[in-house]
Amino acid sequence: MTESTTVKQKMPFRIRIEPRLSEPPAWYPALVSFGALIVALVLGGILITLSGGDALRSYQHIAKASFGDIGVISDTIVKATPIILAALACSVAFRMKLWNIGAEGQFIMGAFGASAIVLIPVLPADTSRWVFIPVMMIAGMAAGAIWGFIPGYLKAKFNVNEIISTLMLNYVAVAWVNFWIFGVWTEGGFQMSPKFPNGASLPRLLELSKTFPAVRGLTTHLGLLIGIIAAIVLWFIIFRSRWGYEIRLIGDNPRAAQYAGINITQNTIWVMMLSGALAGLGGMSEIAGVVHRLQTAPIAAGYGFTGIIVAWLAKLNPLAIIFVSILFGALILAGREIQPSGVPKMIQGIILVCLIASDFLLRYRIIISRGEE
Amino acid sequence: MDFTIILQAGIASGTVLLFATIGELFAERSGVMNLGVEGMMLIGAMSAFSTTIATGNPWLGVIVAMLFAGLISQIHAFIVITLQADQVVSGLSLTFLGVGISLVLGEGLSKAGTVSLLPNFSIPLLTLIPIIGKIFFTNQSILVYFGYLLVPLSWYYINRTRPGLHLRAVGEYPSATDALGINVFRMRYFYVFVGGMLAGLAGATISLAVSPGWFSELTTGGQGWIAIGLVIFAQWDPIRAAVGAYAFGALRRLILDIQGPLVLFGLANPFYYNPYLGFFLQMLPYLFTVVVLVIGSREAMRKRIGAPAALGNPYIRGERGK
Repeated sequence: MTESTTVKQKMPFRIRIEPRLSEPPAWYPALVSFGALIVALVLGGILITLSGGDALRSYQHIAKASFGDIGVISDTIVKATPIILAALACSVAFRMKLWNIGAEGQFIMGAFGASAIVLIPVLPADTSRWVFIPVMMIAGMAAGAIWGFIPGYLKAKFNVNEIISTLMLNYVAVAWVNFWIFGVWTEGGFQMSPKFPNGASLPRLLELSKTFPAVRGLTTHLGLLIGIIAAIVLWFIIFRSRWGYEIRLIGDNPRAAQYAGINITQNTIWVMMLSGALAGLGGMSEIAGVVHRLQTAPIAAGYGFTGIIVAWLAKLNPLAIIFVSILFGALILAGREIQPSGVPKMIQGIILVCLIASDFLLRYRIIISRGEE
Repeated sequence: MDFTIILQAGIASGTVLLFATIGELFAERSGVMNLGVEGMMLIGAMSAFSTTIATGNPWLGVIVAMLFAGLISQIHAFIVITLQADQVVSGLSLTFLGVGISLVLGEGLSKAGTVSLLPNFSIPLLTLIPIIGKIFFTNQSILVYFGYLLVPLSWYYINRTRPGLHLRAVGEYPSATDALGINVFRMRYFYVFVGGMLAGLAGATISLAVSPGWFSELTTGGQGWIAIGLVIFAQWDPIRAAVGAYAFGALRRLILDIQGPLVLFGLANPFYYNPYLGFFLQMLPYLFTVVVLVIGSREAMRKRIGAPAALGNPYIRGERGK
């Protein structure tokens, strides 16, 4: 496809669209993504204005309510933490072109698995943190991995479309958790479990305020560190390990991977389990770091879906995901008070649409030249 | 429990899935997968309801719903047909966008109260057929009857007409179709638009007929995704799509109705006395979708039939045909 297409001919200048033959410079994709983000915010602003809101004030509010002072920055990071893990989950599956849209359900099951340790109870309430947290992490990851295994197995064995199966399992996960908190672990008939003991909560910065008064009131919890470590580990897996090479090769060229003797069936199952485990870890971090009880609404809050957008915006790079997650944490945190309440969701949608459209600029060059050639 | 009444309501509820499934089927037959069905349905449900509140005319609501959802679908069409982006991600983003826009524009609609709905009526003579007359032809919404017409018409259009032949050709072998002088790009834009309009109609069917009102994201509750699953189960055939859609509609109704009575088959109804067991019932449509996918995929593997060959691939002129 070396042939170039001429779009407009009777203009004072010509626009030609040519496929890129060489890789663009390293900064170029980042610039394009940033441009897409700006375009999305402008479009979002127009839509907010059209629906009777004040776009400028909405954006100012988002900026102030998310990065205005150290307290809200900490809250932004708290919101970003589950997004980091959900986005990592999506990124590893997307890397293999496995469309795991079920990070939401795997996240919820992770929260359930971690809670089960406290609520069954597997460990007594006075267990030390040093035991509680690792066990909850393992349980959360295992529950998420099981929820990822099901669609992975169905895809590998029966070629069942994973987009639909993962999405359907999201709804099943919500109903499953609802059953437990309503029917078994209910606190006084409400749809929530009793509060967890202190040992089952992730340490927060504010606990250090006796030694460092500066961190008083800061709710940032250990989940952030878990997320960052997970991102670094995932980066090494994807870019420095043999398994990561296989995942990337299957994603880029499944036929070549097959000829190279890579087992696609097995990798499908393993990658879906890894993806589910990461999302499940996110659920565990949210339940042990923020919610401190099993409850549906704060867990099924769409982190898994935001993770899809974040993973895409970060071009599936685990380290970039950390920073993009913080931006989206800000959007979600500040968006809670914006009217109409659908605005943050709408802006997320517009951002994703613009991002995908902007990919065109990575594959093609647009050349504008004066006059006839 | 009277099963004919449940099935009667199930047909109405299945009509929602029917429209969405047939719409997606047309788009996929042309080679474009659109995962934005859920978003387009929400747009349809919201705009049908709000238009009807504003004007008092449900027909206007249906038209606006179809046009608005069709318009939104063209974003996806532009991104995947002209900009040749990945259809999966673009479709997903369309769902996000549709959900967001319908939440923003639907703000406050949930408290809007009642509207005039589309008419229900019975078909004379046909109602006299035992059981079937009661289930299919008694006191159904006009949209349900439209659904009955749509299925054979779609089948005939796809399999027996010239434009239908072109549609199938575009989805199977676009470069050969292009060489015949058929505009692949225009055809795909058109069928994505058709898919969008039918998804909008599906949304309008919810908010103006099956369960009137606007309940934000719960209005559709994942039915758009079930519709995409049904297309795979249906193996891109409108008749099978109808069977699947009505079966799912009946299942949805059964789940709602089974929790009501005190006595079930002569025993104390466990779902009445332990309402939390209802959460397992809620899982059923979604679990069934997965089961249906397994059945559909295995059958497709065995019979060696599958999706339209060009499904998911952008058509790039001058690139070697596949």
